[in-house]
Amino acid sequence: MQVVWREFIKDRIAMISLVIMIVTISGVFIASLFFDPAEVMKISLRGKYAPPSAEHWLGADVGGSDIFGQLIIGAKNSLLIAIAITLITGTAGIFIGLACGYFGGWIDNMFMRIIDFFITLPSLMIIIVFITIVPKYTVLTFILIISLFGWTSIARLVRSKSLSESRRDYVNASKTLGTNDFVIIFKEVMPNISSILIVEATLNFAGNIGIETGLTYLGFGLPPSTPSLGTLVAYANNPLVMSTYWWVWLPAALFILILMLSINYVGQALRRAADAKQRLG
Amino acid sequence: MWKTVVRRFLIMIPQLFVLSLLIFIMAKNMPGDPFTGKITPETDPARIEELREINGLNDPWYQQYARWMGNAFKGEFGNSYTYKVKVSTLIGERAMNTFWLSLLTAIMLYAIAVPLGVLAGRFQNSLFDRGVVLYSFISFAIPTFVLALIMLYFFGYKLQWFPAGGSVDVREAPGTLGFYMSKVYHMILPAFTQAVLGTVGIIQYLRTEVVDAKSMDYVRTARAKGVPARKVYSRHIFRNSLLPVAAFIGFTITGLLGGSIFIETIFAYPGMGQLFISSISSRDYSVITALVMLYGFLALLGSLLSDIIMSIVDPRIRIE
Repeated sequence: MQVVWREFIKDRIAMISLVIMIVTISGVFIASLFFDPAEVMKISLRGKYAPPSAEHWLGADVGGSDIFGQLIIGAKNSLLIAIAITLITGTAGIFIGLACGYFGGWIDNMFMRIIDFFITLPSLMIIIVFITIVPKYTVLTFILIISLFGWTSIARLVRSKSLSESRRDYVNASKTLGTNDFVIIFKEVMPNISSILIVEATLNFAGNIGIETGLTYLGFGLPPSTPSLGTLVAYANNPLVMSTYWWVWLPAALFILILMLSINYVGQALRRAADAKQRLG
Repeated sequence: MWKTVVRRFLIMIPQLFVLSLLIFIMAKNMPGDPFTGKITPETDPARIEELREINGLNDPWYQQYARWMGNAFKGEFGNSYTYKVKVSTLIGERAMNTFWLSLLTAIMLYAIAVPLGVLAGRFQNSLFDRGVVLYSFISFAIPTFVLALIMLYFFGYKLQWFPAGGSVDVREAPGTLGFYMSKVYHMILPAFTQAVLGTVGIIQYLRTEVVDAKSMDYVRTARAKGVPARKVYSRHIFRNSLLPVAAFIGFTITGLLGGSIFIETIFAYPGMGQLFISSISSRDYSVITALVMLYGFLALLGSLLSDIIMSIVDPRIRIE
């Protein structure tokens, strides 16, 4: 903990990023309490493409719905989805990676073949095809489909770390004492690679925000009725909106940009803290 | 060396086979078929059924798959239902567009990344170096579509320096100089956007490589012999670190393919990525399956190419 803190103190940009990250994420969740989705999405044709004003801080969209409210609710949805994907892929990746690294042998071989195969796939295209064939398409299926393709990189990383960790003396000693394999894996090996896991989870979280918003932008994510950062940015597909009604899509695009940058920066600082060789202080 | 290449090549075959099976089954499960979209109240259901029968859509899936695979080996992926032309012709046209765009992107990418990486390494920890690290960091973190949209907004709409879409000005007659100039002009903005996003790996690699090389014996020997610093960098260090950079070509291919879907959609550039998105919405199976296979094949080829170049350049990482 002290190491992490020192790393942030030493790096001003990382510190600023941490503050921005905390403020935006908590700000979105707190602000979303004050917005009623039904109220925000209410259509008022008189307010069509209203420019930013005191009433609509960031103007309104084609249906006269408030952009600022949509931005807050959309950001909340995007963040929740990204968190869900990160948790699912993280858990699956850690379990599989630990098992492969610790047990080795055929388990390792089998999963590595699967992972190799997944990595060579043009996954974005396959996710899109997948999304179009799912009969009952909901937020949950969306999360599951992305997760299906997201666990491999974490599994690979965890595998390589736990592979070297599992050959250490303390693991051998524990084995000789007759400790249960599961106890060794989760109580002894996992804590030793947990710093890497936290770093990876942070960077993955940023990546997942990008995947969700990107797919939604292309029209293969959340339906337009559910606000998300992606649906707001997708308004830019209309050249008129893009050039004239910039307040509809630009804030969401900049929001994604700032969020991604700050989370990534925090992740990098954490990585330096986790890896003694890269530390600044 | 050749043994490993052949083996890698042989591994590609089952991978492609599994991919083809996967994509074929997925495409078959897409809701509706190419004829559903053409049903109007006046359409005779019997006619639709007849069309399905003629196109073999009523056969069991494995028969359809076998037939499809057989044709695929001959480079024949059937006809596009929406464009009414052979899939191979359609994709061929789009693939050329994507190819030129990728080529320009690759040129820009190396033109940006190589000097930045080398100079950042040479002047390590200087203001310039920190700027480069920050730049490569931002380009790593920013999602493709966000940067592309912002670029299009500023350079396409606000400043109007570049066209906002398309691949060529329709007023230009094909084959003239103006036609090709217009093609390049249309590619500059999407290629630049993609290049900016792809530089991070090369910059980081070159930077560390140059920083490491500084303390190498051969550099110290050259310096001790009185070779001026400029020459040490341009002759010795640069040449030594340049070859591995060539290996990034493979990764670059794979990376460009993934990003091309966003770039081509946003800049309305008629390449393979844009064709993919439009085929998805029109349920044009034959095009979708062929495109995914092609992308999968190119991605595999890209990683194979990287491994081969790597093993030639750096014997330490030769594939076992």
